[in-house]
Amino acid sequence: MTLDRRHLLRGGFSLGALTLLTGCDLSDSDAVQRVLAGFSAWNDRVQAALFSGTRLAPTFAEAMAVKDFRYNAWYGAEKAPDLKAAEYRLMLSGLIADKRPWTVEQLYALPQVSQVTRHVCVEGWSMIGKWSGTPLKTFLERVGADTTAKYVGFECADGYYEGMDMPTALHPQTIMAFRLSDEVLPRKYGYPFKIRVPTKLGFKNPKFVTTIYVTNIRPRGFWTDRGYNWFSGI
Amino acid sequence: MTPSNPSQHVQTHAIAVRITHWLIALSMLVMIGSGWRIYDASPIFGFSFPAWATLGGDVETALAVHNDPGVASAIAWHFAAMWVLFVSYLLYLLWGALSGHFWRDFLPVGPKSFLRDFLAAARFRLEHSLGEYNAVQRVFYWGVLALVALMLLSGIAIWKPVQTYPLEVLFGGFQGARIVHFLGMSLIVAFLMVHVALVILVPRTFVAMVTGHAVEPAPHVQTETVP
Repeated sequence: MTLDRRHLLRGGFSLGALTLLTGCDLSDSDAVQRVLAGFSAWNDRVQAALFSGTRLAPTFAEAMAVKDFRYNAWYGAEKAPDLKAAEYRLMLSGLIADKRPWTVEQLYALPQVSQVTRHVCVEGWSMIGKWSGTPLKTFLERVGADTTAKYVGFECADGYYEGMDMPTALHPQTIMAFRLSDEVLPRKYGYPFKIRVPTKLGFKNPKFVTTIYVTNIRPRGFWTDRGYNWFSGI
Repeated sequence: MTPSNPSQHVQTHAIAVRITHWLIALSMLVMIGSGWRIYDASPIFGFSFPAWATLGGDVETALAVHNDPGVASAIAWHFAAMWVLFVSYLLYLLWGALSGHFWRDFLPVGPKSFLRDFLAAARFRLEHSLGEYNAVQRVFYWGVLALVALMLLSGIAIWKPVQTYPLEVLFGGFQGARIVHFLGMSLIVAFLMVHVALVILVPRTFVAMVTGHAVEPAPHVQTETVP
């Protein structure tokens, strides 16, 4: 057997050409997208089975919390909604007994907990922060939500929308975060509150929440509508 | 496997090996291509992969339609191919262990025989006999099998850093798991380059992996006797 360089080169080129051919347009075909969506639905089921309502996300020393937290959205921070406490009302809808709207003052008077947890972005970066607020479970119980329903959905002042499975909504670390680094949630981070859920990827943590609803129909998600996996647990 | 005729070398591959080999090959290429697109979304090191080399559809189209550079699509590819890789890898391991393929063809192997064959190969003096793996091949095959296991474990650590937190700790944290996942990918790509180069040099091995059977054309001659 001799080393045939010409043979090797020719073979290498045909392999390269093959990769170029398949790489570009395969992803954009409808049939391929349907197969990928099928796998994504299967992954939703696997993740729901893996999720434990009692297993806590790792918590870190307070000194590890980043003070200047990374701003992340599809628009610049200057375009973030500027909600005023005087006009703001949190609306409730769906399978909730007491649908009276909530003012910022009422929300901020709720019992609160703090957590130093890690925000993991779907892009791969992660950052530790300190958030404080009311467990979503406490709030849902207080307004008489049907916690046997399947999902909780959120609508936001910036046009964002998200939702999550009820087991995750009732997880002790899923909170309505009113504070970041011990300060009232600044405008660009989602004033008056964001949903902080350390058992899910960052995009499942909606900011500027204006409506909370309880439903048995799976809520759509802003990024899920753009191809990301729905459950997105971590 | 032992040749039927001592002067003629034969390579045979069981159907289970061929099917799992090609499923693993395909899913690995998909995972590498989509993994590069995902890496580009938040690079660990000071470089990015060129978009044309990554999998996840046309970047400009995705940006125009979804305001996302095809990362959603790349992740969908990655988390679909991982099941194909996982299942075919497990089936291959199971078949290799139960059929005796591993013990018959990949063993024995030791540092001494590896060094001997590696030095011979470096001087282009290592004869490739169809149907018989030299010590370098044996070490490489065990190595790439171990690498796939490492990729699955570090991948789970990145995918589920809350539900499998102890696994992440094992890799030295979330960032550690990402780095291990990247280095494992690099070693697998290096393996694939050598693997494919050798297949191009000995095309009958490709025939054997497709049809299940290939025969060495001429009687077996030791290269050592050729100047």
